[in-house]
Amino acid sequence: MTARPDVSLARPRSKLQLAFGREANLGDLAFRRITALFAGSVIVLLVWMALEMGLASKLSFARFGLGFVTSTDWDPVRDQYGSLPFVFGTVVSSLVALLIAVPISLGIAIYLSELAHPRLRTPIGFLVELLAAVPSVVYGLWGIFALAPWLRETVQPLLAKTLGFLPFFRGPQHGFGMLAGGIVLSIMITPTISSVSREVMRAVPAALREGAIGLGATRWEVVRVAVLPYARSGLVGATILGLGRALGETMAITMVIGNRAEISASLFAPSYTMASVIANEFTEATGRLYLSALAEVGLLLFAVTVVLNIFARLLVWRVGKLPEGGQL
Amino acid sequence: MNLGSATYARRHFIDRVVRGSCVLGTVVALVPLASVLYYVLVRGIGGIDLDFFTELPKPVGEAGGGMGNAVVGTLTLVGLACLFGIPPGILAGVYLAEFGHSRFARLVRFSADVMSGVPSITVGLFVYSLVVLTTKHFSALAGGIALAILMLPMVTRTTEELLKLVPESLREAALGLGVPKWRATLRVMLRTALPGIAVGVMLSVARVAGETAPLLFTAFNNRFWSSGVDEPTASLSVNIYANAVSPYEDWHRQAWAAALVLLLTVLLLNVSARFLVRTRVRAR
Repeated sequence: MTARPDVSLARPRSKLQLAFGREANLGDLAFRRITALFAGSVIVLLVWMALEMGLASKLSFARFGLGFVTSTDWDPVRDQYGSLPFVFGTVVSSLVALLIAVPISLGIAIYLSELAHPRLRTPIGFLVELLAAVPSVVYGLWGIFALAPWLRETVQPLLAKTLGFLPFFRGPQHGFGMLAGGIVLSIMITPTISSVSREVMRAVPAALREGAIGLGATRWEVVRVAVLPYARSGLVGATILGLGRALGETMAITMVIGNRAEISASLFAPSYTMASVIANEFTEATGRLYLSALAEVGLLLFAVTVVLNIFARLLVWRVGKLPEGGQL
Repeated sequence: MNLGSATYARRHFIDRVVRGSCVLGTVVALVPLASVLYYVLVRGIGGIDLDFFTELPKPVGEAGGGMGNAVVGTLTLVGLACLFGIPPGILAGVYLAEFGHSRFARLVRFSADVMSGVPSITVGLFVYSLVVLTTKHFSALAGGIALAILMLPMVTRTTEELLKLVPESLREAALGLGVPKWRATLRVMLRTALPGIAVGVMLSVARVAGETAPLLFTAFNNRFWSSGVDEPTASLSVNIYANAVSPYEDWHRQAWAAALVLLLTVLLLNVSARFLVRTRVRAR
């Protein structure tokens, strides 16, 4: 028995004491308060980050207002800052990445959750997850010395020859540029999308599959009529999580996208992303307005990824909560 | 059912095509992994020798030299990140596992999930204005704090998940012996979950060890040894970046060697984490 301090001295009956159905130990109360403090620090940090960046970008916001995101003029020499080229580069490279990564990730998720031999599931799933373990900067290094030369010598000539009538595949073929950026991003977000999709598909009740099988469905038909409709909102969530990762990815894309603040329809052309411009220019930025403009780019990026993440988590959580056979 | 019908044949044809494309997609996704491993191994292995771990980088044009300062720097940064990130993360995780039903706890859980999706470069910006601007210089301390912020949500959620796996009967046994709840949680529940939490922490260490973006303007870089945690500090990841975008052949060679060391470390942590989890499951 531990000696219990006289609780009545500490506090009259609290909610906690009622919840325990006995007099709460003072140690328990302290324990709960202390752990709650650290748990709360997670929320505090998130809010603090938003505030700190908002404060840092005040100068730029006051000067340029909404023009900051609609102007293409980024000129530190004249102290003019418009971030549209970076927004364009970030959005387009992420969309290219999704275009490549979503079908492949769905294929992986379907394969691992529905088709693969049980013995193969763990090792192959592990290999796919290793894709996420490779540091971004290592992808960047590989992108510079392996991917970009391959694109320049093999892929881009081929694309120009076959699909060159489209505006997307024209112009000088450097290897470095939007296409390289999109491909590197797609590699990096594939493990995110596929592992969340796999979890979502795993949450689909077995009874739905069994029902479809009982009606004579092929394995693909089981996936199509039973698994995909049930998992749909979670799969959208997985895609948005991948998008969030792609938007904020920095090193790998900085190393391959060419870093030129231009807006071009061609995927061969160099581009620039929001994260890249911060990475490249922040330490060399002189002048308060310049720093503030870069901070505003960071704030935009932060805000967009936070909103996307909130949205995606809600979608993914929804699948877990669905009643059996529930309709979306 | 008319098994010989054209519809039947078509359905099975489609089934095969789709299943084939799923397998193909999986294979295609793994090609870059194989390619990265191949390139890093082949190009990096030549640069690995004792000097790599003990010497400073040589100036342009001089052969040899190493990245001893970056190896030590990465260890310092990760060490600091563990120091600042793990204890709060575990305590927050304990809170979520023990008192996880309140609205506040749900908000914490949600924030942790959202925070793990925040771009690492914005964490760098945050720590820059918080620490670097206050102390007036780049430092290992700032870098360690940035990495700790990235670790925090991972450690929190891992701790919570693993504590929830500990059977309630253990707690009941402890409470039945008259142990106060907090001691039952710390000495019985947390201790039982600790090996699993350690594996989770290993994975988060593996993730932050390769982080580059948040270090660019916190720990910065250093061509020399850092004599303390209040100085700019070199790291393997930042040096890979700096060397890769430089025009010098020798520096590229060093970048590949550093990438090999970093990649092997990260993969080793991941594989051993996986292996530890499996042996624990089997032992049960």
